[in-house]
Amino acid sequence: MSDLLQHAFNGLVNGSFYALLALGLAVIFGMLGVVNFAHGAFFMLGAFGAFILLNEAGVSFWIALLVVPLALGVVGMLLERLLVRRLVALDPLYNFLLTFGLTLIFQDLLRMKYGSQPQPYPQPAGLRGTVDLGLFDFPAYQVFVLVFSVLVSVGAWLLLARTRVGMIIRAATERPELTRAMGIDVGRWISPVFGFGIALAALSGVLAAPMRAVSPLMGADLIILVFAVVVIGGLGSIFGSVAAGFLIGMLQALGNVYVPGLATTSVFILMAVVLLWRPAGLFGREETAV
Amino acid sequence: MRRNLIPAISTLAVVSLLAACGGGAGGPSGGGGKISDDKIVLGVINDQTGIYSELSGPNAVEAVKMAVEDFKAKHADDAVSKNIEVVVADHQNKPEVANTKAQEMYDRQQADAIFDVPTSSAALAVAGQALAKKKLYFNITAATTALTGDKCNKYTFHYAYDTYMLANGTGTAVTEAGSKNWYIVYPDYAFGQDMEKSFSKAIETSGGKVVGKKSSEFPNTSGDFSSQLLQAPAAKPDVLGTMHAGGELVNLVKQYNQFKLKDKGVGLSVGLMFITDIHSLGPDALAGTRFTDAWYWNFDQQNRDWADKFKEKTGSRPSFAHAGNYSAAMNYLEAIQAAGTDASDDVVKNLEGKEINDFFLRNGKIRAEDHRVIHDVYLAEVKPKSDVKEDYDYEKIVTTIPADKAFKPLSESACKMGQG
Repeated sequence: MSDLLQHAFNGLVNGSFYALLALGLAVIFGMLGVVNFAHGAFFMLGAFGAFILLNEAGVSFWIALLVVPLALGVVGMLLERLLVRRLVALDPLYNFLLTFGLTLIFQDLLRMKYGSQPQPYPQPAGLRGTVDLGLFDFPAYQVFVLVFSVLVSVGAWLLLARTRVGMIIRAATERPELTRAMGIDVGRWISPVFGFGIALAALSGVLAAPMRAVSPLMGADLIILVFAVVVIGGLGSIFGSVAAGFLIGMLQALGNVYVPGLATTSVFILMAVVLLWRPAGLFGREETAV
Repeated sequence: MRRNLIPAISTLAVVSLLAACGGGAGGPSGGGGKISDDKIVLGVINDQTGIYSELSGPNAVEAVKMAVEDFKAKHADDAVSKNIEVVVADHQNKPEVANTKAQEMYDRQQADAIFDVPTSSAALAVAGQALAKKKLYFNITAATTALTGDKCNKYTFHYAYDTYMLANGTGTAVTEAGSKNWYIVYPDYAFGQDMEKSFSKAIETSGGKVVGKKSSEFPNTSGDFSSQLLQAPAAKPDVLGTMHAGGELVNLVKQYNQFKLKDKGVGLSVGLMFITDIHSLGPDALAGTRFTDAWYWNFDQQNRDWADKFKEKTGSRPSFAHAGNYSAAMNYLEAIQAAGTDASDDVVKNLEGKEINDFFLRNGKIRAEDHRVIHDVYLAEVKPKSDVKEDYDYEKIVTTIPADKAFKPLSESACKMGQG
């Protein structure tokens, strides 16, 4: 039993990354209708940001955790202003291609500078031990990742549910035209929301640096899975993407133990089932309903 | 100076005569003094940008070029040909790409020999092309023993290392040092499965036991190995043997350290490790880990001298694959020099059974029976950071495994060269 719990807990830790990434994708998709393929690249840039700050300037993990998402969030806003915005009116495929192209550029730039070999990043001091969770010990850093992502998710939820800004974003995410008709300037909020989504990707990248291989391709490997998470949770559904993130993490971890070899495939099987059964995703809203 | 013009001119004359007759390109003919197309072309096929580009990649090309330069400098005017080219192709670790590139190199770029080729499936494809085109192939960075086993052929040579040598070195040494019970984790594809089998055999032969094994999906998209790691302690192993490579190895070791398996009495042993992997993880993450290395740059002055030249060219220290590429290219050129021709059959005849001693091949010998190039290999241990005196100074050599003990004995080889 404690084994099962340990694996489930471990799944939640992996789910943290999916949840944060999916949350960012969901707000961006909801608000702009853009499938941001560069999300994985920003995850990678987040990890590299932490690595570069540590190596070039000796900046600690804790400061990187704040600075890197902010900086990349600003980059995201500029990106939206300068490029993404110009293509929004066209077929969604154009922005898909744009962000895919950006991904390749970011990956190759870092590969030119640092090569494909993973870069070293130490665990932050203070989180190197293990924590006794009653039934089992678990690495302190992993526990921190889970707690921190839950806090960020809850924080994002409070921001969206309890503040006026959040209300506008939610309204604009789910019914952009109607919101506009209410006399709210939706356009003003597009850049910050895009930046916010990117910052979340960067944040999970920084969190990943101490426990994953920091390499230019680390995001490309992950992003396909995160797309599956978003589809399962419901495209554009904020709560759905977070819940599906943790759910998929757990499914994968338990799959690894009980049906090894099918762990990743099981995610896509679930996606297929969900699409057949509830085409809008587990928590998504059918367009015709309401 | 001037008299050397005569053989050069006559070579030219013979070659153009043959070309004019339209008979030059055909089958290999016995006579000496002929260089096909009036030039020697060395091809390198490997991963130029992906996961294996650091351990071989562009710097392996640089190593082959260094061999060409050194060869020219050494033989100067006596060189069998001064016209030596190096051509490169990126196979992205895909066997079908490697197959096409090899075909193109042999046919269109007039390559006389191909070098390197990481990824076992890609290497086997190139070996197939070598046989079909009757041109040479020196494998350095692929690990499969099939190249000198049931897939061996007359034109393919296997340098540096293979799965048998790794398992035999590390599996035996670690078991005999007292870690009897092994828990093996491996990636679920050809290389990992091959490694798992080789290690299990070596462990059991030396009196150990595999108490558990677990595969991981390949490629592991989530980068997470904790489920495999969490299951290990229940089987009460002395040591966890990982058969992962490159970035996957880095992920796994990071997580091994985070789960504190060492404190639970589970040591770590790595099936295949390149010096670039130690660099990625930092020596402390691996300190004390033992593994088998085909060559180490800081082993002695002879190695260091070459490593210094390599650093001048590339700015970094060589992996054993880089050194192996140099040595293979150099010995190939020397064989042409000795045979007086680059005709494949004559070069193969010169190489077979040859005993070689250079900075890479210590007590080296090219086995005629299966084309395995045997040489001394090393059981190495990763130093703690406090003992590291300069960049890439990561290894302590524990013992030298002599050439005749390091590789699969001929009696166990499935190679039937006659049919190749």
